Amino acid sequence: MRTMSDLLKLSLTDVSAKLKAKEVSASELATEAVKACKAAQPALNAFTAFDEDKTQAMAKAADARLAKGEGGLLEGVPLAIKDLFAVEGVDTSASSNILKGFKPTYESTVTSKLWGKGAVFVAKTSMDEFAMGSSNETANTGPVVNPWKAAGGNESLTPGGSSGGSAAAVAADLCFGATGTDTGGSIRQPASFTGTVGVKGTYGRTSRWGVVAFASSLDHPGPFAKTVKDSAMMLQAMSGHDPKDSTSLPNEVPDFVAACGQSVKGLKIGVPKEYRVDGMPAEIDDAWQKGIDWLKAAGCEIVDISLPHTKYALPAYYIVAPAEASSNLARYDGMRYGNRVDGPDLNGTYENTRGAGFGHEVQRRIMIGTYVLSAGYYDAYYLRAQKVRTRILQDFHDAFDKVDAILTPSAPSAAFALGSKSDDPIAMYLNDVFTVTANLAGVPAMSVPAGLDSSGLPLGLQVITRALDEETMFKVGAALEDSAGFTHKAAKWW
Amino acid sequence: MSADTYTLPGATGDWEVVMGLEIHAQVVSQAKLFSGAATAFGAAPNTQVSLVDAAMPGMLPVINEHVVEQAVKTGLGLNAQINTWSRFDRKNYFYPDLPQGYQISQFQFPIVGEGEIECERDDGSRFTVRIERLHLEQDAGKSIHDLDPNSTYVDLNRSGVALMEIVSKPDIRSPDEASAYVSKLRTILRYLGTCGGDMEKGQLRADVNVSVCKPGAYEKFRETGDFSHLGTRCEIKNVNSLRFIRQAIEYEAQRQIDIIEEGGKIDQETRLFDANTGVTRSMRSKEEAHDYRYFPDPDLLPLELQQDWIDQIRVNLPELPDAKRERFVSEMGLSEYDASVLAADKDRAAYFEEVAEGRDAKLASNWVNNELYGRLNKEGLTITDCPVSAAQMSGLVGLIEDKTISGKIAKDVFEILWAEGGDPAKIVEDRGLKQVTDTGAIEAVIDQLIADNPDQAASVKEKPKAMGWFVGQVMKAMQGKANPQAVNEILQKKLLG
Repeated sequence: MRTMSDLLKLSLTDVSAKLKAKEVSASELATEAVKACKAAQPALNAFTAFDEDKTQAMAKAADARLAKGEGGLLEGVPLAIKDLFAVEGVDTSASSNILKGFKPTYESTVTSKLWGKGAVFVAKTSMDEFAMGSSNETANTGPVVNPWKAAGGNESLTPGGSSGGSAAAVAADLCFGATGTDTGGSIRQPASFTGTVGVKGTYGRTSRWGVVAFASSLDHPGPFAKTVKDSAMMLQAMSGHDPKDSTSLPNEVPDFVAACGQSVKGLKIGVPKEYRVDGMPAEIDDAWQKGIDWLKAAGCEIVDISLPHTKYALPAYYIVAPAEASSNLARYDGMRYGNRVDGPDLNGTYENTRGAGFGHEVQRRIMIGTYVLSAGYYDAYYLRAQKVRTRILQDFHDAFDKVDAILTPSAPSAAFALGSKSDDPIAMYLNDVFTVTANLAGVPAMSVPAGLDSSGLPLGLQVITRALDEETMFKVGAALEDSAGFTHKAAKWW
Repeated sequence: MSADTYTLPGATGDWEVVMGLEIHAQVVSQAKLFSGAATAFGAAPNTQVSLVDAAMPGMLPVINEHVVEQAVKTGLGLNAQINTWSRFDRKNYFYPDLPQGYQISQFQFPIVGEGEIECERDDGSRFTVRIERLHLEQDAGKSIHDLDPNSTYVDLNRSGVALMEIVSKPDIRSPDEASAYVSKLRTILRYLGTCGGDMEKGQLRADVNVSVCKPGAYEKFRETGDFSHLGTRCEIKNVNSLRFIRQAIEYEAQRQIDIIEEGGKIDQETRLFDANTGVTRSMRSKEEAHDYRYFPDPDLLPLELQQDWIDQIRVNLPELPDAKRERFVSEMGLSEYDASVLAADKDRAAYFEEVAEGRDAKLASNWVNNELYGRLNKEGLTITDCPVSAAQMSGLVGLIEDKTISGKIAKDVFEILWAEGGDPAKIVEDRGLKQVTDTGAIEAVIDQLIADNPDQAASVKEKPKAMGWFVGQVMKAMQGKANPQAVNEILQKKLLG
């Protein structure tokens, strides 16, 4: 007989069918999910808040709708929510001490949409503080531990970041999907590290309203899921125009789910030479080559392309993102909400509050951002970085004149050991080398698990498509998934 | 510039003053610039604050289209270039009444570019002030320092309210001109309905940039555009009445002259005007000036306007004060002075036009400008609180015009209207105030007077001025209702033959 915990191993698509068939109730499923999350918490440290009353109330309402044969796309499905999203009445602290205990009186647009489609809240997930990091080690509650371990090793690995808690929760089958935000790769890199699917749509496809801002022009809310189709369902539910976000796209949302499984025959796939970086492990290259072969076998035409400004993307990103962050985080001043540490005078209070409230990485980025926007440096840094950004966008325009999608590795390595890069910001920043370009250009991109490396750790491949063309991205992603036949799961040790 | 340039004497000779003004005008709008919160003045603290205004985590600004329309309308009223592409920038600084930690403003690309307005000095002469730009920005909240000795309280009602910052070129050359410029700007804004203009309520606030120079330097600046011909300027922040603007300038110009003449030099700095002492004092020096780290606000898209939409606003602009004044002169036959006085205030002009409808315009103008405004000023009231409506006033003027009552009786009727209200025609009818034009009745009174005062009557022939006594007596006998023209004619006939 199948146990409840086996149910948690199902995909979102499959569990949805069971909920609709009333083989399991949303309430039972939610109870089991919360139980599993709590049981895993001491080992994985992936969660920052639970609200079981809320979970039960939502699950009960879902059951009532299911009983009447009603229900939305995600009816009764338990989801975890990155701590960057405001969830009404639930601690929303962006994994930062400065917002510790902050309970918003409002609900982010994205989570509202998810609840509107019947999804059930399970937990808030840990993240790098204010989404600044690539290893989830800057969270005020300590690092999240990747459910995956290298074969024969017992070292704790990073789940990636910044959306590490969400990635870990999905990878460990503690929920059926989770939200993340991707500013420079914060969904795709953790997805790659945890053998999950991670997606960001076109910039503006998902609303930023109610999501704690890191870098406004780069922040993309998006989903983690176990399969490409599940991720399409999630993004479908999260997307749509929001008049409360001026940068939200007014365009109709296409049928992402229908795109999954459609033929990729005849699609032109670009392979950019600039993504073969020095010092990249051969296994990453091998995974990439496998992906190329799979798509060729599926009838795609492989085209060598050039994205010539790629090498400037990372430096430009680490100017633009901190610049915006330095301004976006100015509101955390201890005056109206969050935590205040009084000082001898106003400036002293600001210094104490922000000194105690923000961790080192956040402070570092605020200082970098403040510097690059300062009089005398603005032109040399910020303005130049914006020019690079325009060139990168142009690179993609030119590439998409020739190809329908671009295939690259998601990250330059598999999951690394916790602590191994935390003293070296530059090494840490290099994690984003393949992902930041899509943020700078605002084009859709996803990471799909492609296989395991020699130590048994998952590696992801990235699919990038032109703006507004998530459908092709999902088509190619599903084709990769199909060819990869990735069914591996982290061996349970938590 | 008029012939007599405003100068201040100094030990080294005469000095001239050069000023440019930055006016912050609160936009008339139900909602704030980037949030739906209300903007009513005088509401209880922190009751008109949305999540956006309080800068809660994850909140985003959305432009209020009505405010954009108001800015365009104002730009058109200032004869200015409307920029179809403009952008919002963030001006970053920390202060407790600035919840976001930045003000959203338009630094590099304002919605309105160069324009100009014509202003009138105290002596009636006119001068032009060129407008540099107009941009939209958010107001900050209010810090209240005097409620508690150890704490500052913050009221965020004003946080996020839409302001238009209107920047003039350095075309203002005297305290009188500065005051005239602000006053004219206020009139235009009020005509357009884009700013209430009430300085006491903070709807209009002025920052005054003052520098001094030697005669001739300003002309060189105007020829070349080279600011080095001008003196170093100081910016006096937030001067909130026309009187204070004059005082602040007078004080500041003299302060600068004294420093220069004593061999010192002027530091570019921001100063505050203390209305209690009439003195400006340093707020922060150039070295202490904030580095605002302006950059484009990534939460907002550039503001792109359609030319059709701008043209539509232009077509629907109301008549502005200059056009109105000219029409009052050319079409209604008013004097320049009367026309100016009436046109200078939108409500006054509107009131006058209602009174003058179908009436003698000059008579209507006299009654509005003299009787009515005399009384309003005496009572400390504005035209909007006037107890006598324009319709009543028009009725009253009509009764004078068709000789139903004399001007003298009209003043009595005006008093009744002021105190009790009512229909002027009915008041005249009910109280028997109608002018007597029945020559028979007047003759009878005059005959009786002559009979009773034969010596007086005889003296009129030698001293025609003495006839005035008879006029007075007739009026007295007839309670002022006799038609003065008829009285004069009959007296002339009877006394002078």
